[in-house]
Amino acid sequence: MRAMKDPAPSRLEYRMNRLMLRPSTRSFLRYGLPVIALAALAGLWSIDEDRWERTVAFAAELRREIGERPEFTVKMMIVEGASSELAASIRKSLSIEFPVSSFNLQLAELKETVQALDAVARVSLQVRSRGVLIVEVDERIPAAVWRSSDGLVLLDKTGHRTAAVPSRGFRPDLPLVAGHGADAAIPEALQLFDVARPIRKRLRGLVRVGDRRWDVVLDRGQTIKLPDSEPVTALNRVVELNVAQDLLERDVSVVDFRNPQRPILRLGSTAIRSFQDAQAMSLTDDG
Amino acid sequence: MMGDLFRNQQAMRAMRQSAIQKGVIAVLDVGTSKITCLILVFDEKAHAAIDEGVGDLAGQERFRVIGAATTRSRGVEFGETTAPYETERAIRTAVQAAQKMAQCRVDHVIACASGGRPRSYGLAGQVQVEREIVTESDVAGVLASCDIPDYGAEREILHAQPVNFVLDQRSGLTDPRNHIGQHLACDMHMLTADRAPIGNLVHCVRRCDLELAGLAISSYVSGISALVEDEQELGAACVDMGGGTTGISIFLKRHMIYADTVRLGGEQVTHDIAMGFKIPANMAERIKTFHGGVVATGMDDRDMIEIDGASGNWGRERRAVSRAELIGIMRPRVEEVLEAVRERLDAAGFEHLPSQQIVLTGGASQVPGIDSLATRILGQQVRIGHPLRVRGLPQAVTGGAFSSVVGLSLLAAHPQDECWDFEMSHDFRAARPLRRAVKWFRVNW
Repeated sequence: MRAMKDPAPSRLEYRMNRLMLRPSTRSFLRYGLPVIALAALAGLWSIDEDRWERTVAFAAELRREIGERPEFTVKMMIVEGASSELAASIRKSLSIEFPVSSFNLQLAELKETVQALDAVARVSLQVRSRGVLIVEVDERIPAAVWRSSDGLVLLDKTGHRTAAVPSRGFRPDLPLVAGHGADAAIPEALQLFDVARPIRKRLRGLVRVGDRRWDVVLDRGQTIKLPDSEPVTALNRVVELNVAQDLLERDVSVVDFRNPQRPILRLGSTAIRSFQDAQAMSLTDDG
Repeated sequence: MMGDLFRNQQAMRAMRQSAIQKGVIAVLDVGTSKITCLILVFDEKAHAAIDEGVGDLAGQERFRVIGAATTRSRGVEFGETTAPYETERAIRTAVQAAQKMAQCRVDHVIACASGGRPRSYGLAGQVQVEREIVTESDVAGVLASCDIPDYGAEREILHAQPVNFVLDQRSGLTDPRNHIGQHLACDMHMLTADRAPIGNLVHCVRRCDLELAGLAISSYVSGISALVEDEQELGAACVDMGGGTTGISIFLKRHMIYADTVRLGGEQVTHDIAMGFKIPANMAERIKTFHGGVVATGMDDRDMIEIDGASGNWGRERRAVSRAELIGIMRPRVEEVLEAVRERLDAAGFEHLPSQQIVLTGGASQVPGIDSLATRILGQQVRIGHPLRVRGLPQAVTGGAFSSVVGLSLLAAHPQDECWDFEMSHDFRAARPLRRAVKWFRVNW
């Protein structure tokens, strides 16, 4: 009879066998170990500086080559929703030289650049098919000219700055506002201008006084002082007085509506004189 | 005296609970001639067993066998470990092979031992019920009131099972809780075994990095799997004819009421053959299993068996013996075993039981003709028993030799109440009837 090998596992063998049957060990061998081995290999391989640099250079080259393929080339830019001047200034500020790879276009940065322009309310950039970069712009439309200590500035209907102008003559069609804090109250000013349409020809502009109320400045040195609250109603009353009784055609230098319950008229010098004459006349008649 | 043991047994019980919660547990039968390890997986969801032809029998649908391995036992004599190192190696072999088949690691093991000269004691205790209704604490009290005999310093209690409760005049209660009465008495069956062999077995299992989650006597667990339910109910004896020992257990009303072992078994038969024919033991084992028998006929005189002395001198040593000679050697020894069993059964008062059914199982019960021989010695009602069918059990493990390991797995799934279980907290036990009700609905709807 041939002596058989002892079939019993040794203690170590038995323990190893049980270790290998543990679920955690099995999953580690299946997933953990290959990952660690690959990472270790890659780490060892890239320990050499030169080799690492070559790898990085190769990767950069590969990326560039792929970026230069026609599928990824951006050939032109289209600006939508902007006036020609704004479009020109957008192009200037972006200053992209076409053709360019879409890999090299940092759309978020470009968007910030465009957004920084005063005349741009909202912008979105997209690279569309056939290599077109589309810039969709909501432009701010200038609604008023603001004369401030910094010079003449165009404001849109919310009071946001859109552009600077050298002189009033550039935009004679827009109403003029002045005074500190006038830009913040532009919506109200525009309402006032709307109400003042019947006296538009005589209107020179609005002055913000003390950053709380408006003065309406007319030609011939006339001023309408409006209250803090509900200036539109007050101006409406003045305009209606003018329509009914030609208030502003008379020699009145200031119409003071700061207290709407008690409006005050300041007369011009001629008017005062004729008022005094009339008073004297009535005194003689009585006497 | 019992405190230490109680803690041990309770710790094992807790371990078994946690293992079943985890879902995997091993059962290990350390016998004289072979060591078998089964790995069971417990899944509450698996009720598909009904389709496979196995019904909702004995609660065995709860588990499935996923690994089984048998190896030749080493260092075990009469079911007792004599060379712990060798036994440990054999256990390692079996556990590793079973784990390989199951593809799963097992940490808890329930073991059974056949040696240790088990001895049965019938105990009785009685107590006055504290309130009107019998509660858990009353049951624990009546079990504690059983006076433990002096069973010897070198022995351990393996089982202590409440067998019967008597409440006032009513006897035969299996569960006296929530009954109304004043005087509660109980009968308890206690089984002790030698401390040294049990300790050696525990040590071997521990050395294999396994936690022992239970310990049972093998004659008891073979009875669980080899006796059918009616036999357990009406009373029967199970004779587990193993390699080194022959275990006897008597069941009545689903409880083991007596267990004993005869220190004779199949290996003595092999030994006799080896002595008689002057051949090595492995060859004797071989011709015993292939050609063995206990009833000789005229045909057997002409049936020649080739044997070889294995001395290297093939030409001279080669000879043939007739099968009748082989039977002539085997029969007296088998008769001796059965007569010893008869003696023990008589000593236990088996003839007073209502049913005289005797079931032979175990490896040595596979000898052809043993049923007719046993009929002569043990009585008319003898049959050969095989273990219950269990889900997933490989064909190779369905023989009579494996009834104790199968019974052990049934015991793991449905543990018998032992007296140390009755000190558990109240709410744990209360959850069980509810779970049973839910299970009943699941099975029936």
